[in-house]
Amino acid sequence: MSPPRTSTAKPRTTSPARTTSKPGTTPQPKLTGKPGSGVARRPSSPPRRGGEFTSVEALALLLILLVILHNSLAAWISDPRLQTWMTVFVSVLVQAVPFLVFGVVLSAVIAVFVPPSFWARALPKNSALAVPVASVAGVVLPGCECGSVPIAGSLIRRGVTPAAALAFLLAAPAINPIVLTATAIAFPNNPEMVLARGVASLIVAVLMGWLWLRVGKTEWIRLPHRPDLDDASKGRAFWGACRHDVMHAGGFLVLGAAAAATINVVIPEQWLQSLADKPALSILALAILAVLLSICSEADAFVAASLSQFSLTARLVFLTVGPMVDLKLISMQTGIFGRRFSSRFAPTTFVMAILVGTAVAAVLL
Amino acid sequence: MTTETTTETTTQATPEAPAAPAAGWTVMTRQAQAVVMLLLGGAVVRASVTGMSLRYVKEGLRPLLIIAGLLLIAAAVMTIWYDLRPAPATVGDADRAIDDDEQPNDDGHDGHDDGHGHAHHEPRVGWLLILPVLGLLLVAPPALGSFAAGQSGSVLASQGAQSDYPALPASNPASLGMLDYASRAVFDQGKSLTGHTVRLTGFITPGADGEPMLARIILACCAADGRPIKVGLAGNAPTGLPADTWVTIVGTYTPKTTKDPVNDAVVPYIDVTTWQDIPTPDQPYE
Repeated sequence: MSPPRTSTAKPRTTSPARTTSKPGTTPQPKLTGKPGSGVARRPSSPPRRGGEFTSVEALALLLILLVILHNSLAAWISDPRLQTWMTVFVSVLVQAVPFLVFGVVLSAVIAVFVPPSFWARALPKNSALAVPVASVAGVVLPGCECGSVPIAGSLIRRGVTPAAALAFLLAAPAINPIVLTATAIAFPNNPEMVLARGVASLIVAVLMGWLWLRVGKTEWIRLPHRPDLDDASKGRAFWGACRHDVMHAGGFLVLGAAAAATINVVIPEQWLQSLADKPALSILALAILAVLLSICSEADAFVAASLSQFSLTARLVFLTVGPMVDLKLISMQTGIFGRRFSSRFAPTTFVMAILVGTAVAAVLL
Repeated sequence: MTTETTTETTTQATPEAPAAPAAGWTVMTRQAQAVVMLLLGGAVVRASVTGMSLRYVKEGLRPLLIIAGLLLIAAAVMTIWYDLRPAPATVGDADRAIDDDEQPNDDGHDGHDDGHGHAHHEPRVGWLLILPVLGLLLVAPPALGSFAAGQSGSVLASQGAQSDYPALPASNPASLGMLDYASRAVFDQGKSLTGHTVRLTGFITPGADGEPMLARIILACCAADGRPIKVGLAGNAPTGLPADTWVTIVGTYTPKTTKDPVNDAVVPYIDVTTWQDIPTPDQPYE
């Protein structure tokens, strides 16, 4: 997407300033920071792998330390709050791993094996028409939101108009058959909820796609240049794409899961209770809750059902916002499309989902 | 969160920085990434095969978890395989030419790998994937318990009021799920329960009044959406048991109910005849 930029920035990636400018992404600075930075500060010696403190060695050192400290670690997390945090954190990730991996594999297939000409034929030439087509295509692709982010990235890389790819990104996790079935099971007395959810999500996806056509700028999306995808060996390119996306999207998924687990443990449900009988406030509260909880779209209907003190309208907004904007999605979108994109896209989608969800509820519920 | 944009501006603002080691240990080499993927895949497969995954997700996810874990292991193996084999000379000529220009110091072994678009975009955020590996292999946190049960309201309110419930199993006492008992007790006014002795399994959690209650977490998908179902204990209620102790209760229906202070859901009671503490069941959720 931005080859000139990468080639200009390239030589400086070797400067130590780059290393120090991203401390937040190195999770174990305390454990291994000293030896690493000590070596890195050695003045301008050419990087020789032999004498270098490499990431493999850092990893090995970290693992050895952790195995040694294993027992004190267990005692340290005996606090029920911390334990619940760990359980929720691990379980969000365990739940997401299959969908992440399948999404990554599918996106690697798209990136490596499906020629760009296929998309030119499959989607209407007219971008405005391609948006609804791509949204509806999301219906047939069951998958959780974690998988659809790398897929959308691959689609854009393969020449699909960003508006259509983004519409797909929003629609796929919200309106696929698994999610709608789960909604029907969760709301046995309100079958209209299924229809309302599908319609609201589809409208948001299409509107966001069209909005992107009008005001979106391609330079907001900053897909990293990936020469490895053009590798002559398809196998090498495929596995390279899988590896990159698992590490990349997976890393951001970890960030999102940690945030979601924190919210889960920190916010007691009583807080919500006091908001439930104020109509406008309750809609906003559940919309924000959907963002913070970051529940998988296949499960959020059950949570919505259990928030029974809230109106159906507020709960429909919860179901519309959740699969489109949440902490782990924002984190992954920032990673894959860049911060300039996610800082615009996520808030706009959030507002759009609230408005459309409320309007659809007024008509259908 | 990382911003490669800001990174760029930072680095561009300090062009005088001397040429330092190409990667530094914070940039993961492909081999390090392969190790992390191998660990993650292995941890996921191990958790699903041993049944530990049941603490975190539903039974139905197990086959998917095993497939995903095996795919991760395959990706790790293929990464190492391709890393050890030199790239074909004809590959990505333009890119490699730039790499070689700009990183003359990189040895042939991973010159291409850490080169253009790689050193720059090699996801450092990938280090974070060590955390779930540690969570699964070293810590293995327990299933949700009374802390989570106290935080959320009883799930009963959300269940639709079914009109007729099938007759209880013929066995005496009849084993019932907590949610099944609570629904029959509340929505059916215990009609299908009267005259039967039932057995419930759950863990002890302190109720609002300090009296112990029986609770169990109901999962829709994963522990993040776990919601408790709570049943009050009347009669010969277990006393002196610490929270999170698992028990089986044998008892009979009683019309007594209370409200969950968290969400105003109705909480039914059971008249306890006998109880026994048990080890944590393999399937901790309902």
